[in-house]
Amino acid sequence: MRIQKLNWPIWVGLLLSVFALVSYPFIFIRWPMTRDFPWANLLLFGIAAVVVVVGVRRAFAGDRSRRSKIAGAIAATLSGLILALFIFSVFIAARWMPAALGAPKIGQKAPEFSLNDTNGKPVALSELLSSPINGKAPKGVLLVFYRGYW
Amino acid sequence: MAISVDSPDVSRDLCQKAGYTFPFLSDPKAEAIRRYDLLHPGAGINGQDIARPGEFLLDAGGTVRWVNLTENYLVRARPEQILEAAKAL
Repeated sequence: MRIQKLNWPIWVGLLLSVFALVSYPFIFIRWPMTRDFPWANLLLFGIAAVVVVVGVRRAFAGDRSRRSKIAGAIAATLSGLILALFIFSVFIAARWMPAALGAPKIGQKAPEFSLNDTNGKPVALSELLSSPINGKAPKGVLLVFYRGYW
Repeated sequence: MAISVDSPDVSRDLCQKAGYTFPFLSDPKAEAIRRYDLLHPGAGINGQDIARPGEFLLDAGGTVRWVNLTENYLVRARPEQILEAAKAL
């Protein structure tokens, strides 16, 4: 069997696709600029796609083996699936949430509650609204409900 | 103040690591979360009920003056938006 040069673009393209996927939860999620719209990741996927296309063209050039063609097709398909998984998680699955139609609206009174703080001490909303900060009455309270870390 | 289904221990770790000094309240049974209609059933990593994100700015009388209910949990209110709304209080 003839020794042929490694078709590096196809493998670089696949690795870049993997990086474009995992760099969102591990890196780009930290900044609102790259989190709210994942343009950095889409740019990486774009570069990966170009490199994969170069690799596929090389794999299907006349002088390459059948094995090289199969490997090229598999790597290109995997890259496509990784991109699809990213698009699905960020733009579709992340929107699957209840609409919260019954949430308090502007002008409505916020429902009272009392919950434990990090020291296990109960804290009521009414307390937060009335307990002075640096000797002055608070101007308001910001409630941030978040998904949590479990 | 921040509210989630996390236990006080988990929130304490988070506050220590991130340096947060505002109150973190623990709502393991999702009582307040339900009262604000923010329950996202079964969305936790082990299928537990959690809160969908929601931010409310209240005035001193406890009336809602600004609210943000994102449609995508990856997109949250930015600090500038909240400060802008807080200036009007």
